[in-house]
Amino acid sequence: MPGEPLVVGRALTKRFGDFVAVDGIDVEVRPGETFGFLGPNGAGKTSTMRMIGCVSPRSGGDLRVLGMDPATDGPRIRARLGSVPQEDNLDLELSVWDNLMIYGRYFGLPRPVIRERATELLDFFQLAERRDDQVDPLSGGMKRRLTVARGLVNAPDLFLLDEPTTGLDPQARHLLWERLYQLKRRGVTIVLTTHYMDEAEQLCDRLVIMNAGRIVAEGSPRDLIRQHSTREVVELRFLDADEHDRALDRVAGVGERIESLTDRVVIYTHDGDTTVKELAQRGLAAESAYVRRSTLEDVFLRLTGRALEE
Amino acid sequence: MAVRVSSIGHFLERETLVYRRLWHGTVFSAFVGPALFLVAMGKGLGGYVGANPALGGVDYLDFVAPGILCASVMQMAGADGLWPVMGRIQWDKQYVGVVTSPITPAELAVGFLTWESVRALLVAVAFLLVASAVGGLASPFAVLAAPVCMLLAVAMSGPLAAWSSSRTSDRSFAIIFRLGIIPLFLFSGTFFPVTQLPGWAQPLAQLSPLYHAVELARAATTGHARDAVAIVGHVLVLCGVALGGAVAAQRAFTRRLSS
Repeated sequence: MPGEPLVVGRALTKRFGDFVAVDGIDVEVRPGETFGFLGPNGAGKTSTMRMIGCVSPRSGGDLRVLGMDPATDGPRIRARLGSVPQEDNLDLELSVWDNLMIYGRYFGLPRPVIRERATELLDFFQLAERRDDQVDPLSGGMKRRLTVARGLVNAPDLFLLDEPTTGLDPQARHLLWERLYQLKRRGVTIVLTTHYMDEAEQLCDRLVIMNAGRIVAEGSPRDLIRQHSTREVVELRFLDADEHDRALDRVAGVGERIESLTDRVVIYTHDGDTTVKELAQRGLAAESAYVRRSTLEDVFLRLTGRALEE
Repeated sequence: MAVRVSSIGHFLERETLVYRRLWHGTVFSAFVGPALFLVAMGKGLGGYVGANPALGGVDYLDFVAPGILCASVMQMAGADGLWPVMGRIQWDKQYVGVVTSPITPAELAVGFLTWESVRALLVAVAFLLVASAVGGLASPFAVLAAPVCMLLAVAMSGPLAAWSSSRTSDRSFAIIFRLGIIPLFLFSGTFFPVTQLPGWAQPLAQLSPLYHAVELARAATTGHARDAVAIVGHVLVLCGVALGGAVAAQRAFTRRLSS
């Protein structure tokens, strides 16, 4: 993709006292792409996002956002950023409409410009009917959409979303994904954090997986799966822990790699059906054997040795 | 910390929008409240007090009117510096949203304090209107009580906002109110001269921003300002506390909202 990167972090570090939240990461976001930070709670995603959003000073390393240094040009950078925080912080004393108007005024935008954008955004996020309502009685999904809409009122060059769909029901999530996908198609550069694998796979062109403040892998979802996992996965479940343990001896050597989790045995393989047949020949009787394609979750398991907590 | 006037203006648009919707609700506390106080204390209680040399040559109504004005401004600004600040940072997180815009935490703090002084101005104007009808104003210089109230509001809400924005719980607030704000309210020369306090307590009144504001407002509304040095002293103390509070609030907002 052409153009200078919009975000460049080098050895970017965030410390809170003795605790190192972000431990010297290198990161680059290019114009027009949707870039994801994927990782469990406490991985350092939010700290990284807050540094990029110029609301948290870095403790070390270097950071350039839109070609400027957040340490000296915070307000100028923020004028061109859209920010959707992890927790909604809408103005509960204002109506839906005034939340957009006033937030636009915080950016010093002329009122006619905000009015035009606010009308468009309320339509786009299916909130036009609630325009004059107060914010508090809105559903969680609506509040979230309004927060996302608010982040776009200044027509940002870079749109930052920290766990945009956490806590939403499936309908609300899919509606938001669909809208983000449309924004992406319009060429908006998006940086998001998530701990949902499907979200990252659907939306992100490129992502990094973070764990304990470090980046443990980087690439497109497909590349990551290819590099760090096999094409398919067989999941075996057993009646009880004894069966599970006995089975472990008998599956040894099947597939590329075997992972024993508390509730299942996972076999990484290039061909799931062949593996299932091979297991049957060995006389292994699992309660269930489920063949599926590899996902980012498998990559994550491989790289961090633990399941993502959702 | 560079503070841009344009940012303050943008922030105040939000406050005025909310106020335009809610001002009806404040009419009672702005007009009726002070009127009741003036009648009850100035006329009712004042009838018993009569002329007393300790009042400095004015009757009790004239003495107590600026006290009531400043005490209400102090109480309003004191309360505003506590729970609403914590709410907007920690509960509703509205301020967390503001600082994702170009407005900086320091500008937000100055915007908050500016709005407090505007609120104090509105309270003072309403009070002066009531007092001019009920009685209690003896001098045209009474209008100068309004800027005194604006300063007092910043001197109270600034340090308290610095405190509350650095807390994660409102546990200390009730104690601050009971052991800080209410004693200030009662013993700052508001309802009786500080010379009535026991000798050891009289110097303590000097520590109260309210005391200095009341002395200034009283000089304005009664027109009795014999001691120019004392007036300058009160102005300096009040300005000092307001300025110090504003700096502390800017630092605390920056530390909390940009961590």
